[in-house]
Amino acid sequence: MSVSSATTEVVDPVPGAGAPHLPQQPDLVQLLTPEGERVEHPDYAVDVSAEELRGLYRDLALVRRWDVEATALQRQGELGIWASLLGQEAAQIGAGRAMADTDTAFPTYREHGVAWTRGVDPLHVISLFRGVDNGGWDPVATRFNLYTVVIGAQTLHATGYAMGLQRDGAESATLAFLGDGATSQGEVNEAMIWAASFSAPVVFFCQNNQYAISVPLERQSRVPLYRRAAGFGFPGVRVDGNDVLAVLAVTRAALAAARDGQGPTFIEAFTYRMGAHTTSDDPTRYRLASELEEWKLRDPIARVKAYLSRSGAADAGFFAGVEAEADELAARIRRGTVEMPDPPGTAMFDQVYAEQTPPLAAQQAEFEAYQASFAGGGH
Amino acid sequence: MATETLTIGKALNLGLRRAMEDDAKVVLMGEDIGRLGGVFRITDGLQKDFGEDRVVDTPLAEAGILGTAVGLAMRGYRPVCEIQFDGFVFPAYNQIVTQVAKIHARSRGRLPMPIVIRIPFGGGIGAVEHHSESPEAYFAHTPGLKVVAVSNPVDAYWGIQQAIAHPDPIVFLEPKRRYWEKAPVDREATPDPLFASRVVRGGDDVTVLAYGPMVKTALQAAEAAAEEGRSLEVVDLRTVSPLDLDPVFDSVRRTGRCVVVHEAPVTLGLGAEIAARVTESCFHSLEAPVLRVGGYDTPYPPSKLEEEYLPDLDRVLDAVDRALQF
Repeated sequence: MSVSSATTEVVDPVPGAGAPHLPQQPDLVQLLTPEGERVEHPDYAVDVSAEELRGLYRDLALVRRWDVEATALQRQGELGIWASLLGQEAAQIGAGRAMADTDTAFPTYREHGVAWTRGVDPLHVISLFRGVDNGGWDPVATRFNLYTVVIGAQTLHATGYAMGLQRDGAESATLAFLGDGATSQGEVNEAMIWAASFSAPVVFFCQNNQYAISVPLERQSRVPLYRRAAGFGFPGVRVDGNDVLAVLAVTRAALAAARDGQGPTFIEAFTYRMGAHTTSDDPTRYRLASELEEWKLRDPIARVKAYLSRSGAADAGFFAGVEAEADELAARIRRGTVEMPDPPGTAMFDQVYAEQTPPLAAQQAEFEAYQASFAGGGH
Repeated sequence: MATETLTIGKALNLGLRRAMEDDAKVVLMGEDIGRLGGVFRITDGLQKDFGEDRVVDTPLAEAGILGTAVGLAMRGYRPVCEIQFDGFVFPAYNQIVTQVAKIHARSRGRLPMPIVIRIPFGGGIGAVEHHSESPEAYFAHTPGLKVVAVSNPVDAYWGIQQAIAHPDPIVFLEPKRRYWEKAPVDREATPDPLFASRVVRGGDDVTVLAYGPMVKTALQAAEAAAEEGRSLEVVDLRTVSPLDLDPVFDSVRRTGRCVVVHEAPVTLGLGAEIAARVTESCFHSLEAPVLRVGGYDTPYPPSKLEEEYLPDLDRVLDAVDRALQF
């Protein structure tokens, strides 16, 4: 299925004629085909060295291994829940690696790949899903904000932060992550209105993984999502979300435009969540196995591997090395998860406020006294 | 001249002005707050003097105002958001309750949220629906928020500055029916702490608690009661979260009786919490149950009925009578 630059026009649905049909092979930016062939796009040239490409492959392979390990840990009862990124690795690694050090990411709760590119320790992400804390990483130092579970809320934070960057004269931008379901949220629409009205340096990066838990995209939109941007008055681009090179190129360009004062861009990374929404749901209840099989042919990692092999940019030794590294990472994640200590009880009182209130301080003292009453008391 | 007579509205305006002069990171955001000066003119003249970047006329979307304020706060700014009327805060409720209130704890203190949410609240101005509500309990019930309700020009002038300088998010409730009440304000005085309640009239027979617009009503009731030889002690809570009840406990231990007054519906309102706490702390001193005077558990009624809905001095005095009959 070669897509290249072919245009597939969407026919507006006839009212009352049932769910609008969205194209399977949309007009999207692609630089690396599913077969691993390098293609060009007139608007998005990208010059990536063999070393960078190997680096991207390593990122993809390691975050997939992290994800597989975390899913297994959840199945074994070590995590309360896990939101798998399986199938979305290229969208996240491409977007994350497109960011400058000074840019700031505002993720949802599935951007483990972006976290990886920001240097966040996987165990800090795991700790959230294990129930130890609400995200153990430093959002200021990493410029990777905390995960946001309430759908779409972070797009406004990214926009406000971008307005701050603008006021400070900082040549940086924000990258707001959202899913296809989030585009239905009022707050996401407000974020886009604000971004446009103030020409804020924010890029909205929508991973259209086709489902909001079980509900397909058709229930969120009658038009391809990238076209929504036109209504807000800024560019919308659809990119092959399983093509790490194309995502990198498109996101880089959008961030550069934002930093350059050209305002926001909406990127729709057309991809597919190959696993469940979280470990709590059962995708076989809402989608066909054949659909998954079709998307497996567009696997984001296989195509990079094929290209690296075919072009001679990587040999068997390289792939074996990455695999060994992935094994080590998985082992570290497993060990770190199992050994992760529970937080002290007083942690729930800490930092509710910057300035603790007397009533809460009294509750904390009560809690501590109660806990202390058990010490050595035979309980 | 240090002392001048100001309305609550003007005191807020001058307080905002001074906060903006003191800290260049203070940014005002809201609907119609710039050229118009706000629907109540609280921000009158500020955009002219501080510019469109400091006094931002926003798009018409409350969640957007609060959500972008979160981002600006993360960037080191101190946003002061104006919600035009109490009933319009609910589109922003998600951002306030799930984000503003929780980000400090969620980030273990790495992301402070020094946001002030100004809301003209309460009834008594003959407005149409959604313009006269008392949403304080929703916010007071949310850990991570602080809720201030001023009652007079002195607290309005100092309170708004203290709220803006404070590191935690504050819902700042302005008693809209009292915007035009006047009092002398000493602008060089040392202000009372923001989160402290205050005895505003001493008395011996019954302790009456109120905040925001009901403080004046409570004082009017005390005045009327005095003519009948009854001595009411009136406490202005000033802040409804955190509650500063030690002065209240001291008072109730002396008077043995307590009446709580607010405009919000009585069931599960602030009065319920206060009654429980006073009972826990002053049980042996109480001569009567703690009584509550508030709005009925109805939607805020059409304005032709609001005089019936809102507590007035007669309803306060009736509760005082009941407390004294035990």
